[in-house]
Amino acid sequence: MPPAVAETVAVLALLGVLAFAVVRPRGWPEAVAAVPAAVLVVATGALPFARAADEVVRLAPVVAFLAAVLVLSQLCADEGLFEAAGGWLARADGPHRLLGLVFVVAAVTTAVLSLDATVVLLTPVVFATAGRLGVRARPHVYACTHLANSASLLLPVSNLTNLLAFAAAGVSFTRFAALMAAPWLVVVVAEYLVFRFFFAGDLTAAAAPRAQGSRPVPVFALVLLALTLAGFVVTSLFGIEPVWAAVAGAVVLAIRGLSRRHTTVRGLAGAMSPPFLVFVLALGVVVRAVVDNGLDTAVGHLVPAGSSLLALLVIAGVAAVLANLINNLPAVLVLLPLVAPAGAGAVLALLIGVNLGPNLTYVGSLATLLWRRVLHEHDRRVDLGEFTRLGLLTVPGTLVLAVLALWAGLHVIGGGA
Amino acid sequence: MTVLVWIAEGIWQAAVDAARAHAGTDEVVLLHVSDDDVPGVAHGAFAGLLGRGRRGRDPGRHIADLAATSGAELLAAAADRLDRPARLEQRHGRVEREVVAAAEGAALLVVARDGDPARLGPHSLRPHARFVVDHAPCPVLLVWPHDPPAVADIPPPPQHPPHEHPHHPPSDAPHHPPPEPRDDPSHRPPHGPPPHRRHGSLGDPPPHPPHA
Repeated sequence: MPPAVAETVAVLALLGVLAFAVVRPRGWPEAVAAVPAAVLVVATGALPFARAADEVVRLAPVVAFLAAVLVLSQLCADEGLFEAAGGWLARADGPHRLLGLVFVVAAVTTAVLSLDATVVLLTPVVFATAGRLGVRARPHVYACTHLANSASLLLPVSNLTNLLAFAAAGVSFTRFAALMAAPWLVVVVAEYLVFRFFFAGDLTAAAAPRAQGSRPVPVFALVLLALTLAGFVVTSLFGIEPVWAAVAGAVVLAIRGLSRRHTTVRGLAGAMSPPFLVFVLALGVVVRAVVDNGLDTAVGHLVPAGSSLLALLVIAGVAAVLANLINNLPAVLVLLPLVAPAGAGAVLALLIGVNLGPNLTYVGSLATLLWRRVLHEHDRRVDLGEFTRLGLLTVPGTLVLAVLALWAGLHVIGGGA
Repeated sequence: MTVLVWIAEGIWQAAVDAARAHAGTDEVVLLHVSDDDVPGVAHGAFAGLLGRGRRGRDPGRHIADLAATSGAELLAAAADRLDRPARLEQRHGRVEREVVAAAEGAALLVVARDGDPARLGPHSLRPHARFVVDHAPCPVLLVWPHDPPAVADIPPPPQHPPHEHPHHPPSDAPHHPPPEPRDDPSHRPPHGPPPHRRHGSLGDPPPHPPHA
């Protein structure tokens, strides 16, 4: 097949997958379109079978890691970790203090249990806590949704984009965390300052809090999470894949949860969300076909080589824009093969872009289309302007600050393995 | 006739107390509006998680349910404080517009200031209450959520009147020319007469030439 035809087939397949994700006919999972699209690019010869198989084998450990983290966070929820977090947040005496605590909890939850945990499990708890305290929920809910993206820089487990890049960056778990610690901290602090300014009007009134019982702290789950984090460090010291630490943590917590009937096998299988894992594999194959058939040469020259400060800024900027246009998951899959040869610094700059970028949603982006569909399903009208204004205030600034912090870290720590 | 009382987080007590004092024999309606933006933002965050599409996990849904429950609890607390029969009404949407819509046909709308209680003046009203005050289709009773400020707390008037006041006497012109009307070329007919100017006539050109 001529490369131009193969590229056309691959691009159409990718657009089809994204269009299906926007429309979601009958609420079918996204994998329903992604798997046939992957089969299509292989069957038409746009991507040789061996390349497709390579891609699946390369992504399989990433997907397993993702499954372990998803199960781990669901098990922590079943153990009552997020209710306990809500109880801790409810100690806040006033909206300013609550916002500070929400930032701490959301940043740590995102870093350790991934952005999915913050969006799905923490946000409703934060909303309920704001209600209990009699303060306006808006700044605190916005904080959760923003930090789910921007606080997902710290660890490879914090975001699926990080897991994908971690496999390609050639750095250890601890070096990844060491290089991303400063960008993570800088971004969280900068977001906090913008939130204090942007939501000043919402952070005023407070009523007397309603009476509430204190929540038991799930000590076992907290200790196990700490051990899992320690396991990430230890495995990387001994050259073992850190996925085993996540799997071990999930298995131990699952055995306890099942024996105490806090959780069910069905619940765990649901938390793992098999259609999502299949979707990631199929999307990887489709994007591979798009990259191999000419995107690498067409776009390759737009991505600067090397890890000068300017190169890192350009990479992060391009990644942020692409993450808005086609969502951060396809964006990282597209850019990773182009950026990976430039080294760990470039890959981490790419992550800064795709992780911070989604907070800059603007009309016409894929995320906005997805959002509009969900709002329409629920008959809700939302002022997208406020979200966009907040994004414009936070994203460009945090992007530059995070890249500066990364660049400094690369000079101090070094980007080697 | 009905008296509508807007019950909002943190400031509703003052509105209920005012309704108790001023409602007379009218029917009292307690209204709570939950903001669609908050569950909407959570919907958006979940929608951004490409590929996870299981609707049961959507936090926006969960938050909308919690908001309805929390609104109902707030209304129940307000009804308790009111201590007389009242109709409870819950809405969701754009808060300020829902309040105005609900006030149609009411004899009185009771609103508590929702801004910064530490700052008198414009900052004591946030955009929501500002919109309601500006667009209410009935009389509005605007109350402070705490004790009203003393008259002595009002800051003194500015010493120098602002320069750009449109009704300056002409004698002021040489030193402080009043602003020219906006001379926007896009509003000027292409071949029409020159735009009207506040100062000067054909025989008396303005002291300062126009900028454009």
